[in-house]
Amino acid sequence: MNFFEFFNSFQESLIFINFFKILKALDQTLLLLLASLPIGFVLSLIFALGRVSKNKLLSKTVEYYIFVIRGTPLLVQIYLIYFGLGSVKGIRDSFLWIVLKEPFWCGVLALTLNTVAYGSEIFRGGIQAVSQGQIESGKSLGFTRIGLFRRIIFPIALRRVLPTYGNELILMVKATSLVSLTTYMEMTGIARRIMAVTWAPVEAFLAAGILYLLLNFLMVQFIKYLEWKYNPHLRVTR
Amino acid sequence: MFKFEKLIFGDLGWGDEFLIATLMTIIVSICSMGLGIFIAIFAAWAKLTLSKFLNFISNFYTTVVRGVPELLVIYLIFFGGSAVVMKLAKVFGYNGYIELNAFTISVVAIGIISATYSTEVLRAAFLSIDRGQVEAAKTLGLSKFQIFYKILVSQVLRHAIPGLGNVWQVTLKDTSLISVTGLVEIMRQTRISSNVEHSPLTFLITAAFLYLFLTTFSGKFFNYLERQANKGFAQTS
Repeated sequence: MNFFEFFNSFQESLIFINFFKILKALDQTLLLLLASLPIGFVLSLIFALGRVSKNKLLSKTVEYYIFVIRGTPLLVQIYLIYFGLGSVKGIRDSFLWIVLKEPFWCGVLALTLNTVAYGSEIFRGGIQAVSQGQIESGKSLGFTRIGLFRRIIFPIALRRVLPTYGNELILMVKATSLVSLTTYMEMTGIARRIMAVTWAPVEAFLAAGILYLLLNFLMVQFIKYLEWKYNPHLRVTR
Repeated sequence: MFKFEKLIFGDLGWGDEFLIATLMTIIVSICSMGLGIFIAIFAAWAKLTLSKFLNFISNFYTTVVRGVPELLVIYLIFFGGSAVVMKLAKVFGYNGYIELNAFTISVVAIGIISATYSTEVLRAAFLSIDRGQVEAAKTLGLSKFQIFYKILVSQVLRHAIPGLGNVWQVTLKDTSLISVTGLVEIMRQTRISSNVEHSPLTFLITAAFLYLFLTTFSGKFFNYLERQANKGFAQTS
């Protein structure tokens, strides 16, 4: 078999065809991520502030929210929002139904709720790891409370938690596959449909797996770039 | 809305079915966790050994399995597993049809996923042991097996308990995904009951409470284990 024969047989192989079929659904997965990750990031910061606040009611509420979300599987949360809330008549009649009838927005809602719980714990760790001396010197320089957070605590905390938050981002990329179970056709959903048509499961799921690996690889490079850019004191000099 | 009367035990409610489903979740989690630790011991050893080839295999395994969604791994093993096993059987001269049961598939799939996390935990725990201890054991004339068993294993376990506790929580939550194989655990039972009673909210909230109960109490158990294992060691917190 010469090279061209090999190339042709490869081009006709099922896994190659599947790869491009699933690639067409990549934008659906990316849409899920683009909708849930930025909102999740901002809300995580706000929730982390609530978690460390001196207001007992606020911090306890956030604590219970985190406890419930982290103690239940994401699948339960997605089903609760998509099937559970959809079965309540009051919600079906209200304006919420415009959002909750779409599997896409249910997925975004579940993913956001999930990432906020994990993300806010990560950010809390970062905020509490900022040394007291830095906060005190900020105070003695006359920073306001907001200025202290904006100029001193957040920059230090965010830099420190970048690797941990990066892990959470990768977990989120993987978590988007669960939204396929609510009839939303992203990459895993397409792979399952291909499997149902061609009855060749290994080729379909391997093709999807390669795509997820690529996506995660890009995510890792992005996080590495952020770490390189924002943690210049940790750069390895050769 | 939430219907308590659907959750009573006996023929009129789904209470006993949910109890059995919860037991199934626990059994699958324990088996997968055990299989995961078993694989992880070899994978962690392969990562720490000097052989470049073994390092590569182990790193490849953990990177690939952790980079792919759990659901895809389960699908791949559920739909592709019996084909692979049949091909293997053909090599050994058996040409019949082999069907793996849902329980085996679930345990293998979750075990393979869980093992990647356990591998990192065990590796880190192993690296936290001072090399000097092994050298000291060698100078005292301990055999290789004695060093492994008395110096390494006992300390690796102590260092690994918090990490393994985290892996356990992840494994327990991952078992919710194996409902796609048809094994009747909590999520599958939720689906069945919701379809019969047309009231998904009731059963989904029940499922959420069951998982919350399981994660909370197993977390307490791991905290207890950690305290027991760290008896006699100074706490730095």
